[in-house]
Amino acid sequence: MSGQWEVVIGLEIHAQLATHSKIFSGASTQYGAEANTQACLVDLGYPGVLPVLNFEAVRMAATFGLAIGATVAPRSVFARKNYFYPDLPKGYQISQFELPIVIGGTLLIKDDDGNDKVVNVTRAHLEEDAGKSTHEGFDQYSGIDLNRAGTPLLEIVSEPELSSAKEAVAYMRKMHTLVRYLGISDGNMQEGSFRCDANVSVRPRGQQELGTRTELKNLNSFRFIEKAINIEVERQIELIEDGGKVIQETRLYDSDKDETRSMRSKEEANDYRYFPDPDLLPVEITEEFIDAVRQKLPELPDAKQARFITQFELKAADAEILTASRALADYYEATVAAFDADPRLNANWVLGDLSAALNRDGLDIVQSKVSAESLAGMLLRIKDNTISGKIGKDVFEAMWAGEGSADTVIDAKGLKQITDTSAIESIVDEVIAANPEQAADFRAGKDKLIGFFVGQVMQKSRGKANPGQVNQILKQKLSQD
Amino acid sequence: MTAMSDKSTQLHTMGLAELAQGLRNGEFSSREIVSDLLGRIVASQPDLNSFITVTADEALAAADLADAAIAQGNGPALCGLPIAHKDIFCTRDVLTTCGSRMLENFVAPYDATVVERLANAGAITIGKTNMDEFAMGSSTETSYFGPTGNPWNTKLSPGGSSGGSVAAVAARLVPAATGTDTGGSIRQPAALTGTVGLKPTYGRVSRYGMIAFASSLDQAGTITRSAEDAAMLLQAMAGFDERDSTSVNEPVPDYRATLGQSLQGLKVGIVRQHFDAGLDEQCAARVKEALRQLESQGASLIEVDLPHLDLSVPTYYVVAPAECSSNMSRFDGVRFGYRAKNPVDLMDLYCRSRGEGFGAEVKRRIMTGTYVLSAGYYDAYYLQAQKARQLISNDFEAAFAKVDVIAGPTTPTPAFAIGAKMDDPITMYLNDIYTIGANLAGLPAMSIPCGFVDKLPVGLQLVGPHFAEARLLNCAHQYELLTDWHRQSPEAYS
Repeated sequence: MSGQWEVVIGLEIHAQLATHSKIFSGASTQYGAEANTQACLVDLGYPGVLPVLNFEAVRMAATFGLAIGATVAPRSVFARKNYFYPDLPKGYQISQFELPIVIGGTLLIKDDDGNDKVVNVTRAHLEEDAGKSTHEGFDQYSGIDLNRAGTPLLEIVSEPELSSAKEAVAYMRKMHTLVRYLGISDGNMQEGSFRCDANVSVRPRGQQELGTRTELKNLNSFRFIEKAINIEVERQIELIEDGGKVIQETRLYDSDKDETRSMRSKEEANDYRYFPDPDLLPVEITEEFIDAVRQKLPELPDAKQARFITQFELKAADAEILTASRALADYYEATVAAFDADPRLNANWVLGDLSAALNRDGLDIVQSKVSAESLAGMLLRIKDNTISGKIGKDVFEAMWAGEGSADTVIDAKGLKQITDTSAIESIVDEVIAANPEQAADFRAGKDKLIGFFVGQVMQKSRGKANPGQVNQILKQKLSQD
Repeated sequence: MTAMSDKSTQLHTMGLAELAQGLRNGEFSSREIVSDLLGRIVASQPDLNSFITVTADEALAAADLADAAIAQGNGPALCGLPIAHKDIFCTRDVLTTCGSRMLENFVAPYDATVVERLANAGAITIGKTNMDEFAMGSSTETSYFGPTGNPWNTKLSPGGSSGGSVAAVAARLVPAATGTDTGGSIRQPAALTGTVGLKPTYGRVSRYGMIAFASSLDQAGTITRSAEDAAMLLQAMAGFDERDSTSVNEPVPDYRATLGQSLQGLKVGIVRQHFDAGLDEQCAARVKEALRQLESQGASLIEVDLPHLDLSVPTYYVVAPAECSSNMSRFDGVRFGYRAKNPVDLMDLYCRSRGEGFGAEVKRRIMTGTYVLSAGYYDAYYLQAQKARQLISNDFEAAFAKVDVIAGPTTPTPAFAIGAKMDDPITMYLNDIYTIGANLAGLPAMSIPCGFVDKLPVGLQLVGPHFAEARLLNCAHQYELLTDWHRQSPEAYS
């Protein structure tokens, strides 16, 4: 942003917890079911029904708290947040207010200059999601789908410590990675399982006091978060530079028009009349419970990344991408477990051809058509010079297409690399004989023509000739005559 | 059936224990009981209006099944015994109105735990009783379905909010009924109708399926004509329910088994503040006579102090409306219950559905509750009330360190005329002055008949420490052995 302005951002992330049933009822949380088929009487807010806490949600929140080094509160309290909305069946949302389950904690991110930055988390609390209203296809009515009502959410609130849209995205991505590592959220942003609101303000550089903030709602992709924040920052700066004042309000980001617009101002804001929910007891957590959760914590992304760098001698950037998802990291480690002669080679293939194939087919790593062990089998054949890296690409594609293991494919297609010196020599001889002019030019000093000759030899050998040997023999023969 | 002795003409005078005995002895059938009572209910409705719904066909069918079970020597404790449920309990496939236009057409899709447990114990639901709208009231006059009459004088109120249940029990329309008590809604009407009303410890009976008024105070209980019958009914209702997180996982004792204990050595606390100004002198006299009778049985009367008792009514009227305002929010015309015709938009749907569906008292409490929870007022009202509530609880705790039970008046006066207090909510609220403390502290309490003033019943209230229901029931039973107040019936319904 323009030099004299400092940007201050705080994020409120809503992560849907991956419990099988809802936070206060036994109904399924499965996404995508027919409308209102996964809403029981409790979710519908029927007269007389009562919420019963799903303790699995508490375990997941505690897992998150420990993972960010937070205090997991020995006693937290559910409160009612009262407001009317058709997709909020009880007329209140059960949330946590004064006493949240997770207090404090930190997340390490890279700032815009690539330096480490510690971002403080204020709190994280458990709450239930609302249903959905749909306004299409019902003539003058609105449709209400309460399948999502009562789905457990963990709302993670950061301190206002993020200084740019990019940093906000880095923080969001890091959280996204973390919750999936912990297995507490599927992080599916299209389905709304991971979304955020951003509190954005600007102030003259050096000023202590925070500027007036606006809250951006409806940010459900990394791209939108960055765009929405940048646009809002520009709007605020322009407004102030033109002599105006930012008003505290909630703004909605419209991705179609790429603009933010006012939803409601502070004056119109609801008074939620929070008070402790008398239907639920305070959540009491014992030391033993916390210890048990701690025992089950998986290796966290930062630790895994550091280990990959030292143990496998990977570049930091590669280690970062490989550890961005636990499943990808697991896959990579499985390839190394099967073939550990050159872990960097494994990394190149996992990040290269494998990732490309997954992307192309829209698959997740766990759906990969080539198993880690199969890929390792192919890497072995590259390393032992049975095939070249280039042929490897074809072998990989064949494996991806289901044609069997690397060895099966190599045999079936006759892709075994030609390493027999005399065989390569005879091809080289043929090529030189067929291209006398180029040979003369080469000898006259046009070194670059070596590429032409290599290409001809590889073509004639249908890619099977060992490229190193080809190079060496070509140079030798061309300089002899 | 005529072979079945003269007893069958007196079925309505019998309580649960007596009916159960007669059923097992083959003296009469469940069908006879149910038929007899159905006739009495129909006949009483014009004067008493104690029922909102009568489930005659279902009750008769259930009675035949019960008779078959009893004939085979089977049948659980309450097999074949008809009871009525306050219309606050959800009953599957049966209208559940909560006394409100809002739920005038609401057929519950499930049974409340209380309903389910009583049915499992063999009890037969004969109907659903009238009540103050959403249990908000002390006279049953706020019911959308009209007021209930007091069987002792039908121009008078039976109290409330469980007015239909107490009237039905007092008028011998049913041997027993369920009720709910948030600030005295079982005990006050029991006192005003000469019946036995028990509000158990908060958490003793599941609230699942009981339409919430003030969740931290609401508790289901019993209305009977004797302590023994209360013990039988509570036995079936009490116990932990995983569907209610505030129900307590505490073993349920055999309440009937401990009814025979002497009062020798029982320490009965007398609260000085109970006999201050405000208590009708003749009521005070009846209560004092009852205390002397307990003393005559070896109990000792010990004065205890509840210094914050005067805070109980104001505290209650912050806490209860606060919770009520939130609990009532689900009645929005969207998914069930009353929905305004032809709403022009969402706001209109909300405003008119609630404006037309709720009565004046419910609206008053929603507004009060919304106010005390609002930003800027929360600390001054809701938080202060929570602190006062704690002080009141502490007072009781200190008192129960010295005494086994606390005894005193249930209400300041006997029954009042229908219409007498409707324009003056504060006076109406003060009717609960002696009963509210037990709700705020979550304590078990009951009201038992202890005499008459001008032919109107007066109630003695007994309050115990948490989960001391057995002690209260024994104390009440011992008192009943000395007196016949609980056997008195209104002349018109004898």
